[in-house]
Amino acid sequence: MATLNSNVPSGPLDTKWENHKFNSKLINPANKRKYRIIVVGAGLAGASAAATLAELGYEVQNFVFHDSPRRAHSVAAQGGINAAKNYQNDGDSVHRLFYDTIKGGDFRSREANVHRLAEVSVQIIDQCAAQGVPFAREYGGLLDNRSFGGAQVSRTFYARGQTGQQLLLGAYSALSRNVANGGVKLHTHSEMLDLVVVDGQAKGIMVRNLQTGELTRHTADAVVLATGGYGNVFNLSTYARGSNTTAIWRAYRRGACFGNPCFTQIHPTCIPVSGDYQSKLTLMSESLRNDGRIWAPAKVGDKRPPGEIPEGERDYFLERMYGAFGNLAPRDVASRAAKTVCDEGRGVGATGLGVYLDFAESIKRLGDEKIRERYGNLFSMYHEITDEDAYKAPMRIYPAVHYTMGGLWVDYNLMSNLPGLFVLGEANFSDHGANRLGASALMQGLSDGYFVLPSTISNYLATQAPAKRPPVSHAVFSEVETDVRNRIQRYIDGKGKRTPGSYHKELGKIMWEYCGMARNRPSLEKALGLLGNLREEYRSNLHVSGEAAEWNQSLESAGRVEDFIELGELMCRDALEREESCGGHFREEFQYTKDDPEVRSGLVNPGDVKRDDARFAHVAAWEFAGPDRPPVRNQEELKYEEVKMSTRSYK
Amino acid sequence: MKVQLKVWRQKNRNSPGKFVTYDSPDLNPNMSFLEMLDVVNESLASKSEDPIAFDHDCREGICGTCSLVIDGKPHGPHKGVATCQTYMRSFKEGDQIVIEPFRARAFPLVKDLVVDRKAFDRIQQKGGFISVRTGSAPDANSIPVPKENADLAMDAAQCIGCGACVAACKNASAMLFVSAKVSHLGLLPQGQPERHRRVKAMVDQMDEEGFGACTVTGSCEAVCPKSISLDFIARMNRDYLVALAKGDPKKPAAGGA
Repeated sequence: MATLNSNVPSGPLDTKWENHKFNSKLINPANKRKYRIIVVGAGLAGASAAATLAELGYEVQNFVFHDSPRRAHSVAAQGGINAAKNYQNDGDSVHRLFYDTIKGGDFRSREANVHRLAEVSVQIIDQCAAQGVPFAREYGGLLDNRSFGGAQVSRTFYARGQTGQQLLLGAYSALSRNVANGGVKLHTHSEMLDLVVVDGQAKGIMVRNLQTGELTRHTADAVVLATGGYGNVFNLSTYARGSNTTAIWRAYRRGACFGNPCFTQIHPTCIPVSGDYQSKLTLMSESLRNDGRIWAPAKVGDKRPPGEIPEGERDYFLERMYGAFGNLAPRDVASRAAKTVCDEGRGVGATGLGVYLDFAESIKRLGDEKIRERYGNLFSMYHEITDEDAYKAPMRIYPAVHYTMGGLWVDYNLMSNLPGLFVLGEANFSDHGANRLGASALMQGLSDGYFVLPSTISNYLATQAPAKRPPVSHAVFSEVETDVRNRIQRYIDGKGKRTPGSYHKELGKIMWEYCGMARNRPSLEKALGLLGNLREEYRSNLHVSGEAAEWNQSLESAGRVEDFIELGELMCRDALEREESCGGHFREEFQYTKDDPEVRSGLVNPGDVKRDDARFAHVAAWEFAGPDRPPVRNQEELKYEEVKMSTRSYK
Repeated sequence: MKVQLKVWRQKNRNSPGKFVTYDSPDLNPNMSFLEMLDVVNESLASKSEDPIAFDHDCREGICGTCSLVIDGKPHGPHKGVATCQTYMRSFKEGDQIVIEPFRARAFPLVKDLVVDRKAFDRIQQKGGFISVRTGSAPDANSIPVPKENADLAMDAAQCIGCGACVAACKNASAMLFVSAKVSHLGLLPQGQPERHRRVKAMVDQMDEEGFGACTVTGSCEAVCPKSISLDFIARMNRDYLVALAKGDPKKPAAGGA
């Protein structure tokens, strides 16, 4: 069994982080340059960490599989980044951001981490503004804010519909500066294929050069993974096509525990699927819910065009079900409501899997121009994809996989149970519990990278003698390299018929159907059977084109898809064992019904998620036990000292 | 619908390349251009032929990974979108579509339609930043920025670094790309201390990488997926002249406190 010590500092919640920083070990500046740190990934978390660690004086080696660090998928985040600045004077505070995030995550995150995130949020905005991130401003020259789901204050900073891009370019500029001055050595087109663990500690990685196929060994005093989320296990998602689980999955196979793998975020406002050829789904930013109203026809099977359905025959279901938050209900709640409406036969569009997001009223109130200014790029994106004009008719939207709250388990220092392995951003099991609030992913990525890790990593490094990392000639490096080579050879030698892409599609369908927005015991058991067969077939019937020592996208996919299949099984296991509903994890057996007192008192609606705090107020941290043995489920109990776990109500 | 593709195939930088013609399988007009290539590649793989290598990632026009010159135009027929945002409904049944990589000396070819655009990163590393150490920033609202400037900076900052401007230019000039970054930072108060040092360093590196000179034909603006304006090139030229007039910054005196 793995040892899971959260290492949360003692003392009152709002002083923990300050005290922890003071009590953390420091490294003498002359010694810092003797420590080499590998950072894998250069999205918000990776680039900000690499840059900041280099500024502190460490030797940083940064690996990215893209041709440039500026391509990481953080670039695609649209809506914004939260911070408890209270520039709007609407009652926001660090404590409120902390509370909203804990509640939004349905009381399944670690209190101390979330409080730290809220504290650090204000520094992030300062840092980014100083870097020249062109945030939206008011005429007085000060920063503008907008509202996002799950909050009743306006605390989201944004740069049109391209906030992720601008924040990433800010982190990329900091990274570039440190590459130029020699603090960071950048390795592009370099994919991590394995973690090297020496004497129980993470001390290096194996890397494949995507241009040449060359494999290289890299040693370090600590390894930082900031490789993003694993939502592409569903094949169709809002992730970039290249986003994958390989780095964290191979680290899991080397002993790092995987926390809450089944916690997936399904985003309510995406463009619906249109055909089997489809390669990805496109998000329409949550910010649209500030001015758009979500509805479906009140009558089952009403196929009239939206303009012909009179007001009285429309069901603005979020406003009806969640009066206090209305269209700004959190993502998991809004997604499930849309699914329910479609399951009742009231969905719209050719497939019946869609609801309307309607701007008619806002356009009437504010005019075309104002709406264009706020959301112009989103409306044109919608037009390109669907060939429809959302200024004239409502958008059609449907939920799609967007984010994963699960990830590698980390303690308060962001270190996994494998000493020396640190995990940041979406790749860790993170601060979002069972559901992430909008505009909080960017906040967490930058918090981890700019402010948390650079301060906490010294606690580990101080236990390691400077410049004592193992040489790449160490026997463990040879063993790991052999494993990686054998795996690649197995793919290349495969004499099967099916491409990695066709398996990815099949995997995605199984996951969406049986482990998607709603899950139950029979569906999960069925998925586990199907996935086991898929894994077997993958081993015997895979076809990979080309050779190992060249640019080979088919080979890249082969490894990533196999990892996804194995991860899919772990997600289903985790969902099966978690016999409760919470946040984005909806087990149909566990929901409020009309007879529950919480429903009668008007706190929640029938069909809302029903937690079981007595049995499941913990993090499930799964431990790899070998290729042919079931994984071990460890638990980290969640202790709430400040907040009382309560029924989550958005009514 | 069905189309015919005439695609540039080249195994690697050192081997000769050639156009190869493929008849597409049956397509849906609502497919994106890249999904069409996915379908073609699946059919090639099923015949044990080598799939066409092409760069792509986010498939929503923001990461700048996708490229392709489609019928002679970088990012295809439409203004203001990237290849990944181009849909097959823009083509007709039976069309022949010619697909080439972005060609420029500073973008060496990797395979088929994939080129190496690291030259852009090296330009950024020379000065595409504001030197601010993590943790040293003042309160964000202590530096007011007139909304007009912030908006104009954002117009420049939304460059996705795809390199279409270079591919479209007869001289393979990178002026639109470099001017977008120079203008974004130069328009903001935070960017002033390094304004002239920045433009000098970035332009020098651009020349070093082998990008050509700008003759202001405007082909870059015409193909830019973010419709970045040529005006930024004029703005950069002005900054560059001032930087030249100022000369190289003095080296700090030796020693210290």
